[in-house]
Amino acid sequence: MKVAKWAVLFLAMTLMAVSPVLAKEAIKIGAILAVTGPAAFLGAPEAKTLEMLVAEINKKGGIKGDKIELIIKDSGASPEKAISFAKQLIEEDKVFAIIGPSTSGETMKIKSTAEEGKTILLSCAAAEVIVNPVAKYVFKTPQKDSYAVIKIFEEMKKMGISKIGVLSSNTGFGKAGKEQIEKLAPEHGITILVNEVYDKAASDLTAEVTKLKAANVEALLNWSIEPAQSIVIKNARQIGLTVPIFQSHGFGNIEYVKAAGAAAEGVIFPAGRLLVADTLPKSNPQKAVLIKYKKDYETKYKEDASTFGGHAYDAFMILAKAIETAGTDREKVRDAIENLKGFIGTGGVFNFSAQDHNGLDINSFEMLTVKNGKFALLPEPATPKKK
Amino acid sequence: MNIELFLQYLVAGVTYGTIYAIVAIGFNIIYNTTGIINFAQGEFVMLGGMTAVTLHAFLPLPAAILSAVIITMIVGAMIEITFIRWLASPSVLRMIIITIGISILLREIALHVWGAGVKALPYFTGTAVSSISIGDVHISPQVLWVVGVSSVMVICLNLFFSYTQPGRKMRACSTNRTAARLCGINTKNMVTLSFVLSAGIGALAGCVVSPITYIQYDGGTALAIKGFTVAILGGLGNSMAAVAAGLILGILESFSIWVMPTAFKDVISISILLLILFVRPSGLFGSKEAAQLKEF
Repeated sequence: MKVAKWAVLFLAMTLMAVSPVLAKEAIKIGAILAVTGPAAFLGAPEAKTLEMLVAEINKKGGIKGDKIELIIKDSGASPEKAISFAKQLIEEDKVFAIIGPSTSGETMKIKSTAEEGKTILLSCAAAEVIVNPVAKYVFKTPQKDSYAVIKIFEEMKKMGISKIGVLSSNTGFGKAGKEQIEKLAPEHGITILVNEVYDKAASDLTAEVTKLKAANVEALLNWSIEPAQSIVIKNARQIGLTVPIFQSHGFGNIEYVKAAGAAAEGVIFPAGRLLVADTLPKSNPQKAVLIKYKKDYETKYKEDASTFGGHAYDAFMILAKAIETAGTDREKVRDAIENLKGFIGTGGVFNFSAQDHNGLDINSFEMLTVKNGKFALLPEPATPKKK
Repeated sequence: MNIELFLQYLVAGVTYGTIYAIVAIGFNIIYNTTGIINFAQGEFVMLGGMTAVTLHAFLPLPAAILSAVIITMIVGAMIEITFIRWLASPSVLRMIIITIGISILLREIALHVWGAGVKALPYFTGTAVSSISIGDVHISPQVLWVVGVSSVMVICLNLFFSYTQPGRKMRACSTNRTAARLCGINTKNMVTLSFVLSAGIGALAGCVVSPITYIQYDGGTALAIKGFTVAILGGLGNSMAAVAAGLILGILESFSIWVMPTAFKDVISISILLLILFVRPSGLFGSKEAAQLKEF
């Protein structure tokens, strides 16, 4: 009996002695991602990508001998949940850095939390407001939405389009995009004839596209990340609206193309190069990185890689690179990210600076279209619109 | 506003309206037997749609839809038997809370089974872009399918509730359960039957609307909210009224987009719902006297 008691005591002591050592070795990285819910097509591939990368790095022995411990929190795209998870990760788990959230609305809600907690935040969301104005600890990996808008407007100019109808969803992404569209349209000679916001859970948008048709728009520009972006093109084609349809970079998920079927043909949208990695010329600096990520992801998960998973890839690899150069001091790692130049990711070539916490330029976008149910580079020059 | 445009808005309104109505009908059946609102009705719609999409991978469309409806009916029966049947004399409030719990449960199960992706059945006739054109007015053939299926459903239900034994027994249960039991009606079986029926109708609705609205694990809730609004608007328990109310709401919403920003669309429907609840709680087509006899 006595022996057993001693044994238990001894075991308890060893455990107590061992566990802090274990915790010290691993670098805790938090991730707040919309793994489920309306933005699951962003969060799910992001979470899978992070799990894949962490497993890979830990198998190789970690970053300079330090293993990574990944804590993924599923926010379900709810800003309220994102706030409480951010507090939990910073205050209780004391994570080294946070990757995510997946959506712009959530990121904006936790921007100040990360800043106050002096925790590095690498957002996977698109809106420019995340890094403009610059917050010391907040970075983001997807291309800015303003670049997406400019790319689209330039393409419209080439096609001779000047009068457009704009539809956007009532989410952080939709709102931020709408603001950029309204701000940038005048300087690109684009007139917005109809500008409508619909509910993110909209199940049919026939009346909205009818309004566009009535206004005789020359093109439809839709800005959302929900299934509505498939519904809108379907409804537009059903009522016989034949003008070119432009979508945001949120369209870069083949599921939406499948859902919209024949209606998706010819939709034009800006996106990172991941979707067309195979057709890129060999000279493209991103090609090797893109093909490797795509292959790894697709072999492991048996599903198509998307640009969204790529954003998480970039966020994690940038953080890993910074930890490798600067060690495990948070301030030094932050400085290292800010000084990172020429980093080749899936979204483009990152050149961070104190003023630019996104690091990508407009060339990180490529104009794509849908051809035979697949993504393809938009052929140059685009067919001019018949007047 | 020219006539074509007017008609196009009307068609859009009819599309919205029939989608709301077909979901609303399901609410009415369980209400007719038990006097409760089944808040898991939206999940029956989702289950039906999702199951049909899965089965369609290796079954032809009609067979997939039929199997999905049957599977969802079995699920409906199982839910009633597990969660509700054994309760001695459940209060209305208790049963409503149980159905809310069931809806959350079904949603989470669906998330694990199907993941969070968006799914849809193919269009029954034509493709995503095909439309039937009358002059300059275009209508998707799938909308006609929804209209057709809901009409057939309403007619069959009316016949069922008015002329068949089980239908009459179900109505008796709703009017006065104790009296029904005294007349020798097995009220517990009737409640189970009502869950089976409404699960089947929900599932069929899910299959028919899924090419238009798409379906995902949490898609049932959004449809159920509108369906519920329409059921209340028309007067609970009356399927014919649900269709009329659905069309009224759909058309109002559609024309609201013509004159107002789209963002106000839901304001319209919620305002109408509130107005009805204040002015005519029994619904547009419901009888005031009958409503007073109901517990809920």
